[in-house]
Amino acid sequence: MRTARVDRVASRRQQQLLANTITHILLIVLGLAALAPFWWMISTSFKTEFEAFQIPPTWLPLEPTLEAYGDLFLNQPFGIFLYNSVKIAVLGVGGQLITSSLAAFAFARLDFPGKNVLFIIVLSTMMVPYAVTVIPLYIVMHRIGWVNTHLPLIVPAMLSSAYGTFLLRQFMFSLPVELEDAARIDGCSSFGIYRRIALPLMKPALATLGVFSFMASWNNFFGPFIFLDRKYLFTVQLGVALVQRQWYTSWPRLMAGSVVVTLPVLLVFLLLQRYFVRGISLTGIKG
Amino acid sequence: MSAVTTPARGRFRDFLGSNRGREAIEAYILILPTILGLIVFTASPVLASLYYSFTRWNLLSTPKWQALDNYIELLTEDPLFWITIKNTGYYVLGTVPTGTVLALLLAIALNQKIRFVAVFRTIYFLPVVSSVVAISVLWLWLYQSDFGIVNELLRFLGFRGVRWLSSVTWAMPAIIIMSIWHGLGYNIVIFIAGLQSIPQDYYEAATVDGANAWHKFINITIPLLSPVTFFVLTLSVINSFQVFAQAYVMTRGGPVNSTKTIVYYLFQQGFENFHMGYASALAYVLFVIIVSLTLFQFWFQRRWVHYEL
Repeated sequence: MRTARVDRVASRRQQQLLANTITHILLIVLGLAALAPFWWMISTSFKTEFEAFQIPPTWLPLEPTLEAYGDLFLNQPFGIFLYNSVKIAVLGVGGQLITSSLAAFAFARLDFPGKNVLFIIVLSTMMVPYAVTVIPLYIVMHRIGWVNTHLPLIVPAMLSSAYGTFLLRQFMFSLPVELEDAARIDGCSSFGIYRRIALPLMKPALATLGVFSFMASWNNFFGPFIFLDRKYLFTVQLGVALVQRQWYTSWPRLMAGSVVVTLPVLLVFLLLQRYFVRGISLTGIKG
Repeated sequence: MSAVTTPARGRFRDFLGSNRGREAIEAYILILPTILGLIVFTASPVLASLYYSFTRWNLLSTPKWQALDNYIELLTEDPLFWITIKNTGYYVLGTVPTGTVLALLLAIALNQKIRFVAVFRTIYFLPVVSSVVAISVLWLWLYQSDFGIVNELLRFLGFRGVRWLSSVTWAMPAIIIMSIWHGLGYNIVIFIAGLQSIPQDYYEAATVDGANAWHKFINITIPLLSPVTFFVLTLSVINSFQVFAQAYVMTRGGPVNSTKTIVYYLFQQGFENFHMGYASALAYVLFVIIVSLTLFQFWFQRRWVHYEL
């Protein structure tokens, strides 16, 4: 009797251990599969042209060189591309944080005629594919002379973030409303409440939105691709596509380009990871 | 007295003067930039491109109304349109189901009591934050026929290498594999959040009733996770129908149009040939496909999505 139970417990423990081991092996193998391409990208970027084509391939560069990076910044204006990308992202994201936090505050806390209809309109614009709006947008930008400027990439991003409004509104609902009520009784205006109470409390969600929109802006390809065709206005994404057209078999240089565009977002992600993960669950689950 | 003669106006003035009226005005001011932005940059373009889709227009002249001609040409006279529909469908079917199932499995694995969960999650998330252009260039190198690491690996395992991106058969699968790799981490994080919101009581009660791990997975995890699965599926379908950059960077839609997608074709018609009307019609066909599939998913969800047990 007793030994049977001990056996059963032991075998269950063994099963558990086996399941655990299998899970770990699976996670590690797939984790390596997720990482290996990045390793290959970084390693190739430090190789010479000759070594890149060596068979069997070398996992670590035998004679590491910065030649490829030098080419990017000296023979191509990658410094300018980086500057353009930063400029577009910072202005767009900054504007968006202001406008969408204002709107989110109104939708979450204030009462006004047409509120639900307006919010549904905001939500439904989230589902419109970019491909549907890009042609009229191009035509308008063409008319007002904004093609081949950064404005078509900055101004719409500053003003029209349905996603940001939605995310911040969801977050506002999780905040206590008592403080705001007290301020209102003391005669504070809605804007005063927004600025003195809601905005400071929204900081974590603003960080989430900031990280998300920064990455979306940085990684955007279609927009810059449509609106820019002068090299000195290019963003880093266009820069990499350009390098790919011009040096299409020079793998160290192409990989160096990929490293240069990926590194900034990777750093932002690693530093602000927790905001990222929270943002996804905030919109994803309650959406 | 005047309130009696013009009641509507008087009431409006009263409303403005009241606390509620002041609140409403303040609210409109606060939402103004966003609403204005969405009207100018999203809502009106949606309507404008519907109008353009009924016209012939090359940007230089004025748009010429020609009713349904663009749509008729698309659907009946343009073989390339159907090829791009087929390719995009192939891409969606290749990425969405596999990507969803794989993400679910990995999320479940990560939700066990495992060491270094945060490290694993970060690793799986790295591809998500990288740009499509960067990873496309990277995978071009990985897929390179003679020196690429993918073929090197295949040869190491005893298979023959494949001319991935220059083969009509393999170019699309190559893009699909890369895209699954790219998007997996995003869905994993959503699934983990969903798994963590399932109350532990259910599992404990089931254990007391003698249920094994498989029963718990089928009868608790899958149904309670279904709203999240629904969200992941809906979003993935919407996104994957708009695939463009991968095909542009890796294959230019080739070889022989085997990776030309709807958005790629739209780009060519609109921004290379300046057939703005025709490109708008293409955009609207894509829009209708996405909206109807999304509506279908919302309708169909009633049959499989459980909001409680």
